Amino acid sequence: MSDTAAQPRSDGDDSDGSTAATATDDPTDPDDGQTARPVSTGAESVVAALETAGAKTAFGVQGGAIMPVYDALYDSSIRHVTMAHEQGAAHAADAYGVVAGEPGLCMATSGPGATNLVTGIADADMDSDAMLALTGQVPTEFVGNDAFQETDTIGVTRPVTKHNYFAGGSDTVGDTVGEAFELSRAGRPGPTLVDLPKDVTQDETDQTPGPATPPAGTDPDPNADAEAVEEAARAIESAERPVCLFGGGVIKADASDEARTFARSYGVPVTTTMPGIGSFPEDDDLCLSWAGMHGTGYANMAITHTDCLIAVGTRFDDRLTGGIDTFAPEAEVVHVDIDPAEISKNVHADYPLIGDAARVLDQLTAAVREAPDADAWRERCAEWKETYPLTYATPDDEPLKPQFVVEAFDEATDDDTVVTTGVGQHQMWASQFWSYSEPRTWVSSHGLGTMGYGVPAAVGARVAADTMGEEDRDVVCFDGDGSFLMTMQELSVAVREELDITVAVLNNEYIGMVRQWQDAFYEGRHMASEYSWMPEFDKLAEAFGALGLRVDDYDEVAPAVEEALDYDGPAVVDFHVDPEENVLPMVPSGGANGNFAAVEDQL
Amino acid sequence: MSGDSPDSRADEDATDTRAATDGGPAADGSPEANSRPLPGEQPGPDERDHPEGRRNLEGIRIDPVVEAEHESRRAVISALVEDEPGVLTRVSGLVSRRQFNIESLTVGPTTVEGHSRITMVVEETDPGIDQIEKQIAKLKPVISVGEVAGDAVTSELVLLKVEADDPAAVHAVSEMYDGETVDAGSETITVELTGDKTDVDNAIGAFERFGIVEIARTGPTALARGNTPTAPGEKPGTAGEPTTHDD
Repeated sequence: MSDTAAQPRSDGDDSDGSTAATATDDPTDPDDGQTARPVSTGAESVVAALETAGAKTAFGVQGGAIMPVYDALYDSSIRHVTMAHEQGAAHAADAYGVVAGEPGLCMATSGPGATNLVTGIADADMDSDAMLALTGQVPTEFVGNDAFQETDTIGVTRPVTKHNYFAGGSDTVGDTVGEAFELSRAGRPGPTLVDLPKDVTQDETDQTPGPATPPAGTDPDPNADAEAVEEAARAIESAERPVCLFGGGVIKADASDEARTFARSYGVPVTTTMPGIGSFPEDDDLCLSWAGMHGTGYANMAITHTDCLIAVGTRFDDRLTGGIDTFAPEAEVVHVDIDPAEISKNVHADYPLIGDAARVLDQLTAAVREAPDADAWRERCAEWKETYPLTYATPDDEPLKPQFVVEAFDEATDDDTVVTTGVGQHQMWASQFWSYSEPRTWVSSHGLGTMGYGVPAAVGARVAADTMGEEDRDVVCFDGDGSFLMTMQELSVAVREELDITVAVLNNEYIGMVRQWQDAFYEGRHMASEYSWMPEFDKLAEAFGALGLRVDDYDEVAPAVEEALDYDGPAVVDFHVDPEENVLPMVPSGGANGNFAAVEDQL
Repeated sequence: MSGDSPDSRADEDATDTRAATDGGPAADGSPEANSRPLPGEQPGPDERDHPEGRRNLEGIRIDPVVEAEHESRRAVISALVEDEPGVLTRVSGLVSRRQFNIESLTVGPTTVEGHSRITMVVEETDPGIDQIEKQIAKLKPVISVGEVAGDAVTSELVLLKVEADDPAAVHAVSEMYDGETVDAGSETITVELTGDKTDVDNAIGAFERFGIVEIARTGPTALARGNTPTAPGEKPGTAGEPTTHDD
């Protein structure tokens, strides 16, 4: 259990004498509220603000326009991890934030440095991950002149940030950076960015930044309206077929304990969304695992037949709901979310509860007076679990099955192991065939679906675990051959920093999810999906200075898993798995969740 | 389906056909046998129960008796914003990114230094209007946003340049619509008119017979009638002070 923060993440500073517009009552990091050290330049003010806000680690790549900030980092307590590519810096910062429960920090120079961050920023935006990106910019007087390495970073990142700032001067830049850091985790988390023109960071200033505080009005009331809670509680009590749906918001609010207490107190079966994996233990009798396109058959049956859906911290993505007309079509919906804009955006909320997931779940637990009468329903859910288990065949005339590899790693590791993934079939198998029981152990790209997320995320997750003094935790990255090829250069970082990560490439020599769709919907026309041109990943790993292994058969799996996990440093195992294997069950895009295909012929 | 096995794969020893599931691999690393139904043995979609109910496209459960259908309507939305660089881009970018149907957008200063009012006319269903307000409210420079209550006072401005063949007639039509001549030459006359959308449309229709050369039109701006604040909680304020209060 990596419960690093017992309070909701919506707390700002609590420094004495603060003139913050938003009063908070939560104790926060001991770093918070310290007086920043004296500064002499804008760049030093930036770094002092980051230290004061509690940032411990930054991921980035050097460059011309950001050099003054890097120079100021030279004397800082903040650890900087140089990445091979700025996209890797953004993903590593994102994953660091997920595991550590605090905003990740990434840095890049102007122009191409900043544009290379965009994918990672967009990823954090879609998954509501707290992250601060600092980008160098050409000097203010050149802005707009198409100067060397100039990009309109503010314009480019506006649609994919919670908010972005153009730093106006060396006297104020520290406070701007502190505000951006806190804004990223205030209320609904998300990425923020500060664009730093080189003159702003180079200019002299003696203005030490004040305590980091989020902008006024961005730190919402964590408690839901008491009357609304009472109404929702009555609806829950009278339900006959209640189901909880725990989303990523439960994990972000550190509300897993409250979620477990609520569900167990009233015997409510639990489904999660994919980002919500780990919020509720999957080996619990009440747990139906995750719902959606490749979720379990039993989760999708429960979601389809429920008469009361208690949805917490989810935005009802189309991959979860399938066709909206058939999504929980007979359910009264209780929707808990910190962001009012998510209420009734995709699915109408009969009982909207706006607030912090942990607080509102506590309110609900207290307000429900008797458990819903749901014995028959729980029995039905248990039957679905028996009828539609996640399973796969291992015929003797077919190659190694990827699901078997995932299960082998799960068997060999502890519950606190962090799993990161790229995007595609391997991501689905890693989420289906691994039994998750703790929050912040599943680190993946959900909303944006970014291939290549896995390796840099493993770097960020490992650094986070080490920073928290949890060196004993394993970090396992499941990657596809296509995903691995996109960001494997970050392996060089893992080697340089001596990071103990294990990368399991489920190599089917296809961009497999595309191949699966081509077989199902494009008459098997494999346009640009055959990856038979892949390099030998085990040899590549060795070239980077990592351990490289290759596995083709069942009897090689266990020894390779053991060797890779035992190796004290980055290890890559290239598992050559069945190229024909498909991810099932599957709800066809826009279809009804209850119509999931258990086998390909049903698509 | 081509899907040959990768050439590079060594020819493996045969393993028995069996299912491995949640139990995971056995200690010896071989797949574990178990009795759980394989996917092919599970009931297909046609053999499962399916509920009767449905939701409409807005995610609202459809009552078979009274279907929850939403008609789109015209709404005037007023946003009080911090007058910082890019605020208009943030608002208009959000509107276009989320595919809201927007008819017009105007922006101008308020009584408070450093604040602006953005007035938008949108054509949306009630849930759509609700979503526009909520999404705009999330933008950091936005102080307050809401639909202008009831029958808002709306007005827009148009500059009309017409051919000057018959100045007297142009002047007469201009008088009829309370217009003002702002530029007159030997070839063209430019008239300024204000009014609600219908007034302006009618005036343009009346000027068409002179031959309209150019038009510049602002789109409506609006205030709520009487004591009702135009943006939710809005009150007279000065720079640096809160200009809204929670009601």
